[in-house]
Amino acid sequence: MAILVIAEHDNLNLKASTLNTVAAARAIGGEVDVLVAGLDCQDVARAAAAVEGVARVRVADAAIYAHGLAENLAALAVSLAAGYSHILAPATTFGKNFLPRVAALLDVAQISDVVAVEAADTFVHPIYAGNVMATVQSSDPVKVISVRTTAFDAPSGTGAAILEPVAAGGDSGVSEFVSEALIKLDRPELANARVIVSGGRALGSAEQFHAVLDPLADRLGAAIGATRAAVDAGYAPNDYQVGQTGKVVAPELYLALGISGAIQHVAGMKDSKVIVAINKDEDAPIFQVADYGIVGDLFTIVPELMAELGQA
Amino acid sequence: MKVLVAVKRVVDYNVQVRVKSDGSDVDIANVKMSMNPFDEIAVEEAVRLKEAGKVAEIVAVSLGVKQCEETLRTALAMGADRAVHVETDAELQPLAVAKLLAAVARREQPGLLLLGKQAIDDDANQTGQMVSALLGWGLGSAASRVELSDSVTVTREVDGGAQTVKLTLPAVVTADLRLNEPRFVKLPNIMAAKKKPLEKLTVAELGVDIAPRLKTLKLAEPSPRKAGIKVATAAELVAKLKNEAKVL
Repeated sequence: MAILVIAEHDNLNLKASTLNTVAAARAIGGEVDVLVAGLDCQDVARAAAAVEGVARVRVADAAIYAHGLAENLAALAVSLAAGYSHILAPATTFGKNFLPRVAALLDVAQISDVVAVEAADTFVHPIYAGNVMATVQSSDPVKVISVRTTAFDAPSGTGAAILEPVAAGGDSGVSEFVSEALIKLDRPELANARVIVSGGRALGSAEQFHAVLDPLADRLGAAIGATRAAVDAGYAPNDYQVGQTGKVVAPELYLALGISGAIQHVAGMKDSKVIVAINKDEDAPIFQVADYGIVGDLFTIVPELMAELGQA
Repeated sequence: MKVLVAVKRVVDYNVQVRVKSDGSDVDIANVKMSMNPFDEIAVEEAVRLKEAGKVAEIVAVSLGVKQCEETLRTALAMGADRAVHVETDAELQPLAVAKLLAAVARREQPGLLLLGKQAIDDDANQTGQMVSALLGWGLGSAASRVELSDSVTVTREVDGGAQTVKLTLPAVVTADLRLNEPRFVKLPNIMAAKKKPLEKLTVAELGVDIAPRLKTLKLAEPSPRKAGIKVATAAELVAKLKNEAKVL
């Protein structure tokens, strides 16, 4: 039994999500290969080869893979599928885009957002915004799985996998990359931050959102998140959204500021180790999931918190 | 150009579902059902494209039990011209849905297939991608902006920002939250929708194998987080985080 993990990267760096996905592959058991498809992505391939538990890194280096277009990447994965019992990718926007195409072309089901491996054919994944955990068994010859990265700790050791080039396929001809607008972050990424400071509608405006959250995040070395309501109100960019339809996070510490605790938001952060809530409304549902809560006005409490942290 | 828009009937987003005591299924008896919110956004986008003169006809399609007719009537009230209902009581997993939609798309020959990026019941986020693969069409998933001409340019929400791709037609586009804000349906439109044509099809007519590939062994509610304690001051909070939780 061998498992193929499809690496997420930006042609320069291997994304941490790939490491979590390798960890899920190791939980299934068997030899783990990683496919790195990109353009001028040799550094990424070397990084993947150094991940503990990886046997072989298969590298497809060609212009048609430069931007991870779903059509070309799925076709490549399908062409390499023979001999693999499982094909895995992270359940990030990268994996969500192309992996179901791999499953459909192989005529097999995909199991989305897997959080636990029960057996080589049996997996647990959340449905209904994380309010229900489903244990499902696959009868397909190849199991195609997207992995919820926060559920699997990255391998800590190092490895020395062999690198093996694979021939590029042809261009699908139906899609082309136009442009990319990535927001440059000076802070950790939400997906793998140790601490997240997150704000809701109570912040009141984009100016106040940043005036309150930015210094606190800087002090704590934290990433910044937001609720759907705060994003919809224009306080924060789309990319900040934590929740069922945004990002699912599980940091060591999650500070929820002015967040009521809507089901769909809680679905995205309830696996955090420690949750702190600051909210004016003592009946806000966020306090039902928070380890520590302060009832009060965040505009007075956050400065006090800053002062306390300053004494550290 | 014709647009095909797929809509799913799901448990309303305001309902917190419960698992049946034997863990076999979720209990959806007497629960409010609605159109999947992401599909509503897809319908709205189709209607806006028609209002902009870029689309001539909107065909809404739904798959599943008899009551999916209500979901289709909602789509018709929003502005779809006619509806197709593939009626079945069988369980439909995403691969089966994709195969059925591909079969309907081959009959209808639309220039664009629009649907939500995920359904809020199974949260699979698979169907649009799968149907695009089965048809060999280009894919614009998680769209926040759609520009239609003799091709379609789709801005997609991705981790870290946005990506824009250009697809030849026909293509599949899946709607993300911020593509648009769906309109409220007015009563006269609901009345008018009752008179719009709704065609019935069967799985057998489409010749699709819908056998489930995944067997659900068990459903369970996750162990709830215990509510913690309230503290009075920021100083107390910092002390707890340092000494008790040890995360600072």
